[in-house]
Amino acid sequence: MREEINILEHELVPRHEVVPPREALELLRKLGIEPWQLPWISADDPVVKAIGAKPGDIIRIIRKSPTAGEFVAYRYVVVEVTKKS
Amino acid sequence: MKTYSKGDTLSNVLTTRVSRVKFGIMSPDEIRKMSVTTVVTTDVYDNDGLPIDGGVMDKRMGAIEPGETCPICGNTRDSCPGHFGHIELAKPVVHVSFVKHILVYLKTTCESCGRIKIPEEERQEYLKLLRDLEELGLIYLKKRLHEYIRRKAASTAACPHCGAPSKKIKLEKPYSFYVQTETELRRLTPSEIRERLEKISDEDVALLGGDPRDARPEWMVLTVLPVPPRTARPSITLETGIRSEDDLTHKLVDIVRVNNRLKEHVESGAPRAIIEEEWELLQYHVATYIDNEVSGIPVARHRSGKVLKGIAQRLKGKEGRFRGDLRGKRVDFSARTVISPDPSLGVNEVGVPEDIAKILTIPERVTPWNIEFLRKLVLNGPEKWPGANYVTRPDGRKISLKYVDRKAVAESLEPGFIVERHILDGDIALFNRQPSLHRISVMAHVVRVLPYKTLRLNPLVCPPYNADFDGDEMNLHIPQSEEARAEARLLMLVEKHILTPRYGGPVIGGLQDYISGAYLLTVKSTILTKEKAATLLATTGYKGDLPEPAILKPNEYWTGKQLVSLFLPRDFNYKRNSKLGSASALRCIDEDCPHDSLVIIKKGVLLEGVLDKASIGREEPESLVHWLIKDYGEDFGRYFMDSVYKMFVRTCEMHGFTMSYDHLIVSKDARLSIDKLIGEELKEAEELIQLYREGKLTPRPGKTLEESLEDEIIDTLSKKLLDKVAEVITQYFKLSNPVVIMARTGARGNPVNLTQMSGLLGQQTVRGKRLVRGYQGRMLPHFKPGDIGAEARGFIKSGFVDGLDPLELFFHAAAGREGLIDTAVRTSQSGYMQRRLINALQDLRVFYDGTVRTASGEIVQLLYGEDGVDPMKSDHGKAVNVDRVIEKFLG
Repeated sequence: MREEINILEHELVPRHEVVPPREALELLRKLGIEPWQLPWISADDPVVKAIGAKPGDIIRIIRKSPTAGEFVAYRYVVVEVTKKS
Repeated sequence: MKTYSKGDTLSNVLTTRVSRVKFGIMSPDEIRKMSVTTVVTTDVYDNDGLPIDGGVMDKRMGAIEPGETCPICGNTRDSCPGHFGHIELAKPVVHVSFVKHILVYLKTTCESCGRIKIPEEERQEYLKLLRDLEELGLIYLKKRLHEYIRRKAASTAACPHCGAPSKKIKLEKPYSFYVQTETELRRLTPSEIRERLEKISDEDVALLGGDPRDARPEWMVLTVLPVPPRTARPSITLETGIRSEDDLTHKLVDIVRVNNRLKEHVESGAPRAIIEEEWELLQYHVATYIDNEVSGIPVARHRSGKVLKGIAQRLKGKEGRFRGDLRGKRVDFSARTVISPDPSLGVNEVGVPEDIAKILTIPERVTPWNIEFLRKLVLNGPEKWPGANYVTRPDGRKISLKYVDRKAVAESLEPGFIVERHILDGDIALFNRQPSLHRISVMAHVVRVLPYKTLRLNPLVCPPYNADFDGDEMNLHIPQSEEARAEARLLMLVEKHILTPRYGGPVIGGLQDYISGAYLLTVKSTILTKEKAATLLATTGYKGDLPEPAILKPNEYWTGKQLVSLFLPRDFNYKRNSKLGSASALRCIDEDCPHDSLVIIKKGVLLEGVLDKASIGREEPESLVHWLIKDYGEDFGRYFMDSVYKMFVRTCEMHGFTMSYDHLIVSKDARLSIDKLIGEELKEAEELIQLYREGKLTPRPGKTLEESLEDEIIDTLSKKLLDKVAEVITQYFKLSNPVVIMARTGARGNPVNLTQMSGLLGQQTVRGKRLVRGYQGRMLPHFKPGDIGAEARGFIKSGFVDGLDPLELFFHAAAGREGLIDTAVRTSQSGYMQRRLINALQDLRVFYDGTVRTASGEIVQLLYGEDGVDPMKSDHGKAVNVDRVIEKFLG
């Protein structure tokens, strides 16, 4: 039998979470950008599937950084990573 | 016209884009349609020197003479774009650049029915597949399908449509096609080729990877030759009045001549052999007109023997139209010569030869405050140095001062005039050395006009430019606008770049003699007489009083540390080990130490410690100069380098610092003990080999027995042995020895180099292995095959002082060459990587909110470097260095 692995529990996978729409709007307003101007992540990405994010969502990644201790990054979930709008 | 506002990003500035560019082959109809005249005669000019209608320089092909109006578009020389003409070829010829494609078409289609040699059913299948791939935009797969179809069609033995057997087609470079039949090898004439290509259907062309609309295969065989406009091949009139035509014009005349002759022969029904001969000649001329570097045919030459330039030669290569002209950038107000060092210049100065200063100019507007000064410059004119070359009057008239009465011009000078004056001391200039890999490869320097013919710079700024003086040349640019000069002074001046954004430490700093000098000056044993102390201070431009002497009786003496302290700010505290103290024998733990290797500065007084590479050297973060610059600014840093560093070199000169052969010779008993050490290690290596032969050697994990042996031997003979020898040798090398001073202070060389000179070189390696390549089982014929002893595989028992024996020299050269190859490979690879990185990153920008964004506003990082720290202004990568802050205030 194959063992089910939750990749979110792996120590090399930083914390991922879906940003609630209200917060996401606030974030975009603060940065003065459209969602597509954020870095993209494929909807097929294992982490995206694991946390149940859908195309159009914005993901928050909280990871350890050698320079800043902890760093927050955002990704915009898209269907096709190679095609620019 | 659209205006752009501040918030515009690249994506909303661009309103129209070129979506794609497509290249095709011109059809004969197209060529005739765009042509304004047929070229029919070989005569170019008539007796009056006017171009003949129907000649290659026909007036209708564009106006190029001044005052001439174009009969086609009515424009003058400046605005006439030029017009194409054409030559009707009597017989078709092959276009040399397309022979490969023609060969493919001939091979893949049937001789008799002209269809692709693939069964109809399969053909339909491929056509559908091709359409699907096109729709999906899978161009790589499409290319592979074409390749597959081509190979398949070419290897079919008989035509599946009409059953005709396929004959082998051969291409004899550069443009002859042959058909191989059982009995003979028949040459295909261009006419036959064209007929065959015409028969291929549009669908089949598409299947084979062609484009039936924009590049029909039969257009690859020329029936009409376009004649480029006169502007593309201008004639040059020499001073003697003799007109010299462009290479292309010469070639076109040749083509017309042969073409006319061929036409005559055809019309008069000449024998076939004669026609074919002329035809072949026409083919040759058209081929060399297009590309005069095709292999297989002799290159076309002038009567003088000079090689003619074909169309391909104009476009090709580094100096061709694309790389040389379209992508080439050229500037005015620049100079380039050999560089040479001048330590008496300031670090931010550049010495400019007077000859160059008389050519490079700066436009200066006349005002009531500078009018007298500028009058003097105008009076001096272009020949005498502080002078001027041009005066521009408010009405825009430009007067060259070379040919006019300068006195009158100087008199007429009024506010509002612009004088293009020579560059003077204190002007700003950009200085550059290629390759410009860095932002510090271009820095602003203050001009100092000097005699002689080289550009001069302070040797301290060599490292950022990576310059030396073995013949290097550098470029100088003079900013012309007030904005450019302000920007250069504020952002690009040398002192703004002493600290590098790479790691926050100084890139500019003492090297070689500066460090030896700093040591010699600050070492405890140096005491200076009043005369010497004054001499040293004079080199710095110091204006104050001499401090109280450190020694009063019997004579007054000053220490070097006292002199250095004169230049340190009164509130400066610093404590750090010197480079000297990095050797365990000379390390100081606290203030109370005889070695003097702990540098302590309190309240701006150098109390203890010698200055060396760790304090004043380049690329030494958290060093004395680094903290001085961080705490007191770049300007102070420049002042420090312009004053104290000059004192260091002067010390070096006064001391007469030098090294000789004698300084490297070790005593007899030292040599004996070294030889004994070598003997011991050699014996150990011998034992290892013995063990290996007996099969008793234990292999290292993950290695074979042979590899383990090699590793063990290298360890024994290089690392271990050299360390042991170094230990013996250091006892004989004291700090009074200049070689040791240089090695220990970090001025030049290191302790390993010392052992290599006085002791032995040790085991030589190539790619981390002992030397093995050469003959079978041995490197040189001086050894027995299979000898794996130390001497046979590149062990060198002598040092440079004793000299190497011939075999050893060969080993050393073998290992030395590896180093040379490595640098050659590394530079090319890192250069290419650099180019790609720059291309990828050049449009990224840090915005005011700290985010890094692309030109179109896409976010790359939410905060620059994830911590928002500018490494140039940080404390060696960290935002705050608490230890340093404490040291700074508490001492």
